[in-house]
Amino acid sequence: MSLAKRIIPCLDVDNGRVVKGVKFVDIRDAGDPVEIARRYDREGADEITFLDITATHHDRDTIVHVVEQVASEVFIPLTVGGGIRTLDDIRRMLNAGADKVGINSAAVFNPEFVREAAERFGSQCIVVAIDAKKVSQAGEDNRWEIFTHGGRKATGIDAVEWAKKMVAYGAGEILLTSMDRDGTREGFDLLLTRAISEAVPVPVIASGGVGNLDHLADGVIEGKADAVLAASIFHFAEYSIQQAKEHMAARGIEVRLT
Amino acid sequence: MSSVAVIDYGMGNLHSIAKALQHAAPQVDVRIVSDADAILRADRVVFPGVGAIRDCMQALNRSGLSSVIKSVAETRPLLGICLGMQALLTDSEENGNTQCLNVFPGHVVHFPESLKDKAGNSLKIPHMGWNRVHFTPHPLWQGIVQDSRFYFVHSYYARPDDASVIAATAEYPDPFACALARDNVFAVQFHPEKSQMAGLQLLRNFLQWNGQV
Repeated sequence: MSLAKRIIPCLDVDNGRVVKGVKFVDIRDAGDPVEIARRYDREGADEITFLDITATHHDRDTIVHVVEQVASEVFIPLTVGGGIRTLDDIRRMLNAGADKVGINSAAVFNPEFVREAAERFGSQCIVVAIDAKKVSQAGEDNRWEIFTHGGRKATGIDAVEWAKKMVAYGAGEILLTSMDRDGTREGFDLLLTRAISEAVPVPVIASGGVGNLDHLADGVIEGKADAVLAASIFHFAEYSIQQAKEHMAARGIEVRLT
Repeated sequence: MSSVAVIDYGMGNLHSIAKALQHAAPQVDVRIVSDADAILRADRVVFPGVGAIRDCMQALNRSGLSSVIKSVAETRPLLGICLGMQALLTDSEENGNTQCLNVFPGHVVHFPESLKDKAGNSLKIPHMGWNRVHFTPHPLWQGIVQDSRFYFVHSYYARPDDASVIAATAEYPDPFACALARDNVFAVQFHPEKSQMAGLQLLRNFLQWNGQV
């Protein structure tokens, strides 16, 4: 086997700046997205994901410019998520140089949108982002539900069933975030990751909770993730992508070392 | 100044490939074109593609570009990428046996269901990510280290009738043809425009290639 497990740094972009909050508060400025994307590319990132968290519609052009700039000098796959609601939003991002788009809330409100998007642009560029939170009580079988609005609103939808449904609708990949772990630095929700990864035929990206390099390796080995996504451990240069890969390789995971 | 035409037939995003070609060789005139004359005027032609093969072939047949691509395949350096490679075979299993361009006699088939790696883990489809490419000598591999990784995303792969056209293989988990070459035609299943240094080098090699092997 020689397909490498992927490491994907994620840049949360607010009005043109990279930010990272802990549990969505305490947002720290981590710098210029183009500059940071360049560094990740040099360090051997396998892909880069931009999550646009700009609140106002008016300022959304900013992310388009960021993607355009990055795409003209960084030649690895780029994904853009956040605020993707229409086929036109997707077209704009692809034209700016994105290779994939992440669809999150819009899929929950209108699953048909995923089908339309996959038919129009191909499954290979449709990533469905799932924000899941554990809802089972101690002693019960594990159960997770989909949440929207940054983890504040429950939908009553079972996360595993939802992932299967999204693949049936044309999702080419699942970006799975544990809302219980996001920003905690306690590691991925490995049971959730494994439950989803084993339930769907398409690649699953684990996200939410990475605080050290062992967490990345655990996501692949125990969570069965095909790719691992992290933000803050890379932004503040705690670890480089290269170090992360060397660590994963030392734990027996096949990675792309450049 | 030499020129390269990137064929636009309404299938997917051509900006990535155009940007990568321009970056690989700033002195080359890169054009995204859809009309036959412009394609046939270019020194070299890139035939990209993403999405489903039926839509791809319908678009090519409707626009008359099928015959243009066949004619390019006989006259000047042609680089097929991803679906653009698959379209060069005789037919594809996708969408219920779709007839393709028959530049390389052979078939495009789906990866088997329930693939497992040697450790028994199931393998995902699409085959997505960075995989090692093992190549045989050809000018387009110049300056690229043997077994370098390139970025793939696909669920179908080419199975040419004549194994001597296979210019490279990758493993998932069994070896499959991920590059084909014959005379002035070269085709790759992976995305050189998304494969960082190795990919840019392959594009640079193509932009200098005279079509001779």
